[in-house]
Amino acid sequence: MSADLLSYGAFFLTMALTYAVICLGLNVQWGQTGLFNVGIAGFVAIGAYASALLTTPDDAVRFGGFGLPIIVGWIGGALVTGLVSFLIGALTIRLRADYLAIATFGVAVVVQLAALNLEGITGGPFGIGFIPRPFADYAGNPLVFGLANLGVLVVIVLLLYLMLERLARSPWGRVLRAIREDEQAALALGKSATRFRLQAFAIGGGIMGLAGAVQAHFIGFIAPDNYVPMLTFQVWAMLIVGGSGNNKGAILGAVLVWGIWAMSAAAVSGLFPPGQQARAAALQIVMIGVALCAILLLRPRGLLGEERVVSRHIGARDDGSKDGQTSDAKNS
Amino acid sequence: MNPQALMDGLIAGSMIGLGAVGVTLTYSILRFANFAHGEFIAWGAYFAFALAGALGMLSGSLAAPIGPFSFGWGLVIATLVAVVLNGGLALLVDALLFGRLRSHKSTIIIMVMASFGAALTLRSLLEFIFTAQPRYFSNALQIAMPLGGGIRATPDQLLSLAVAAMLVVAVHLLLSRTPIGRAMRAVSENPQLAGVAGIDTRKVIRIVWLLGAALACIAGVSAGLLVQIRPQMGLDLLLPLFAAAILGGIGSVPGAMLAGLVVGLSEAFAVQLIGAEWRSAVAFVILVLVLLLRPQGLFGRAAQ
Repeated sequence: MSADLLSYGAFFLTMALTYAVICLGLNVQWGQTGLFNVGIAGFVAIGAYASALLTTPDDAVRFGGFGLPIIVGWIGGALVTGLVSFLIGALTIRLRADYLAIATFGVAVVVQLAALNLEGITGGPFGIGFIPRPFADYAGNPLVFGLANLGVLVVIVLLLYLMLERLARSPWGRVLRAIREDEQAALALGKSATRFRLQAFAIGGGIMGLAGAVQAHFIGFIAPDNYVPMLTFQVWAMLIVGGSGNNKGAILGAVLVWGIWAMSAAAVSGLFPPGQQARAAALQIVMIGVALCAILLLRPRGLLGEERVVSRHIGARDDGSKDGQTSDAKNS
Repeated sequence: MNPQALMDGLIAGSMIGLGAVGVTLTYSILRFANFAHGEFIAWGAYFAFALAGALGMLSGSLAAPIGPFSFGWGLVIATLVAVVLNGGLALLVDALLFGRLRSHKSTIIIMVMASFGAALTLRSLLEFIFTAQPRYFSNALQIAMPLGGGIRATPDQLLSLAVAAMLVVAVHLLLSRTPIGRAMRAVSENPQLAGVAGIDTRKVIRIVWLLGAALACIAGVSAGLLVQIRPQMGLDLLLPLFAAAILGGIGSVPGAMLAGLVVGLSEAFAVQLIGAEWRSAVAFVILVLVLLLRPQGLFGRAAQ
């Protein structure tokens, strides 16, 4: 009994941490740089499909199945998604702020469409199955299997966290925040706002692709239905609840919102009769939508809020005055 | 090439155009891309659907078809009331959400995000109330009349084209010839200066919501009459709406309508050439092309 509970706990946390990875990617785009991505589901899907194509065994009815190692799939998924993000960013970032939002929304629509219709590559509506799972040898023992997978996710989240924290404190991260807060001042210091934004958007997109790839291998199969606007919405809710601009907040928000989501799904399926389940699921989305709007209105900084970050060289003697930021921004 | 694609494209395009006029007005005056606008189309259709159903139950004669059309006076009355209700819904969303964000001096992108949240809430609420099952105003089948040149159209289709054309002319005249239209253009140019000149910006914002919601409601009823009513109908139209609003040039009413027709026609021809399953990608391709070649749109000014 307790082993069942433990392996469910491991499953739950692993799932939540895959969302945490998406959230960390979104935090680079939105939290650090102020770029609004409405097509998260599309970017996650690109990573998932790319990795699935690279790693599944050869399949006669569709393109690929290259049977490569899982790690190659993950890196490939991240790179492909990063490239797509770069192209979309290059197209829209120099224009009005919300054109990027509209374009990313379009990406999600087109990716969904491609996943459904390019049956020779994506398997169409039925998706791709038999995606190799890490530690598949231990699949007979759910507890060991679950904990091993959880371990992998914890390592990924930890590595990403450390890397992103380092980036945020680097001259590069300071330039990003400078651009977000006062573009004119950053331009006056000779920083190309478009270039830095584009880099941030591509890195964030790459992380989302990685998350999609990892999630695909954890679940074992993917289908277009997994990548609907609801996914985008959940990730936004996670980042806003946790506190945008804060990497710890992104992880905390992911675990918290995923927990609320799983619990409310259980409550809904318990409270409503079987015939009304689809209706009840809609009500669940209404609740999370209202919650997101309420947080935007009442506590826009989220639970943790943004940390004040200054150069590590002056952090000890200075409480974060502006001149520290500007003088260091020159070094980047 | 099948000439019928021309007719199909014009009809789909006129619905996209009506929605895009609303998008372009909110965009130029409230200054954010409203992702919830598609939901006003869906809500308008469902308002009319529920009211027409109720009226039909009250009196059978209201449901009897008028002349060559598939619907009765019940739907006409229901649509007029639905226009008012939909305007009320838009004002309610503004009072609860966007108005408060404006008074918090929130950034554009927070408004966009809030509209995204509102869209999901409104859409799921429809699904909760009416379920995802498609609905129809009437189950009667209409015979398409030959119009010459190999083109056929049903009376309902011709009527919705005519209504769309009249509405766009009316909105254009409202904006260009009346005091309130002048006030709207002034707020769109410079809200602070308009306020200093004694224009009531809050009134202008209310008019924009009412106008956008009314056009969305008509577009929704047309879509429901000619295709079907589903909770997802607004979401499916959202990308074409944005593509049309940007292609037409933000703030330009004739531009939005013309661009709506361009998007509708391109979709119809793409369906002929590469198949119906790729229809939704057409709006994205148009969007990408506009952003690449002429980001200010056909009739827009370069972005500040």
